[in-house]
Amino acid sequence: MDVINGFPGLMNYWIVVFLMMTGFYIVIAQDNLVKKIVGLNIFQVSVFVFYITMGKIKGGTAPILADGTEIYSNPLPHVLILTAIVVGVATTALGLAFVVRIRDAFGTIEDDEIQAMENED
Amino acid sequence: MGIMAVIGIAVARLHNLFAVVMLTGIFSLTAAVLYVVLDAVDVAFTEAAVGAGISTVLMLGTLALTTSEEKPHYPGRHPWALVLVLLCGAALIYGTLDMPPYGDPTSAIHHHVAPYYLSKSAGHTGLPNVVTSILASYRGYDTLGEVFVVFTAAAGVLLIIGRAKIGRRRTRRMAPGELSTSMRQNVILRVVSKLLIPFILLFAFYVQWHGDFGPGGGFQAGVIFAAGFILYALIFDIDTARTMIPPHITRFGLAAGVLLYTLVGVASMLKGGTFLDYSVLAGDPVKGQHLGILLIEFGVGITVAAAMISIFFTYARQER
Repeated sequence: MDVINGFPGLMNYWIVVFLMMTGFYIVIAQDNLVKKIVGLNIFQVSVFVFYITMGKIKGGTAPILADGTEIYSNPLPHVLILTAIVVGVATTALGLAFVVRIRDAFGTIEDDEIQAMENED
Repeated sequence: MGIMAVIGIAVARLHNLFAVVMLTGIFSLTAAVLYVVLDAVDVAFTEAAVGAGISTVLMLGTLALTTSEEKPHYPGRHPWALVLVLLCGAALIYGTLDMPPYGDPTSAIHHHVAPYYLSKSAGHTGLPNVVTSILASYRGYDTLGEVFVVFTAAAGVLLIIGRAKIGRRRTRRMAPGELSTSMRQNVILRVVSKLLIPFILLFAFYVQWHGDFGPGGGFQAGVIFAAGFILYALIFDIDTARTMIPPHITRFGLAAGVLLYTLVGVASMLKGGTFLDYSVLAGDPVKGQHLGILLIEFGVGITVAAAMISIFFTYARQER
């Protein structure tokens, strides 16, 4: 706890930006389709962390009402991200299904090879 | 968070996709720990079950069906990508300078609906877990939408690779449990998982019905329930697991969960309320809210579990 709390206030956001850009780089610069999907996942997690970070209140606790606690962290981002994670895995599965299908049709999952094949036709 | 950054870089550099997938699992677990530190216990729960469990299994399934080595590239093929990413990152960092500092109770997002939910939800729904109250009651429309997205995605997976198509390369069917031949001969794994699976399923039910008091709810329960079955299928036999939950049951469950959710909404309309206003479901508004939340969480659980199980079996039974 204290390690994170001790940092200057914007540290979390900077790491979020770093992760987001890592994911973005993987998506645009890598040719492997599975890796692109992993990149999208990293991008997604960075957005999740961003939301949850905004919901945190210093000294607060988890938003489950109990006697004796006054400060709760903001529950709204938690709800949004909770559902987003499950939707995220469902859409990831859909993306991976496309990858499997593309491999069936082209015999490769490298983006540049698929492009080359398309250009030949 | 430093660990997450390091893993991110490793993922970008590695060529062995198997290692990449494993790192993604670790990445998710790290994220889950971070969510606990940031007080988001419900979210951490979901991330641990989904990110580290289900999505890793799905990615491994894809690798088994395609290839686990990335074609080697010489570095620096995309100089403009790096430039673009750096520019974007710099712009975003500049944007964060206007953000409120970490943990600041005076920042804007804590001043609109959040205090209202925190102070009123106990009186409206009688539930201590504010996250569940918001998820199921105040924001019931959103959640219904999310459940429909899960439903649609699972239906999409079934349509795209669910059955053998004409013209597909057909060499051989993946032998049952081929993902895990070595796993299946391991006595320790077999014995331990046999003991654990009933408890995993029981835990899923606990999470389902206790989600209104502690962390948990339909989304987490559905994923944990599916994970129990997937574990069984991986360690023992995919075909046996499939006979326990045949395809038509998962397909039925997929639709039934969404239907239950919607019907609760329609029922509250018939009883004189608005769509998804549970207060009218029982004589006492608080009891009605509680009943409605339990029912729709159950619907969510059914759909999510059915979606995950059917997606998994679709991958496992592919022909490659």
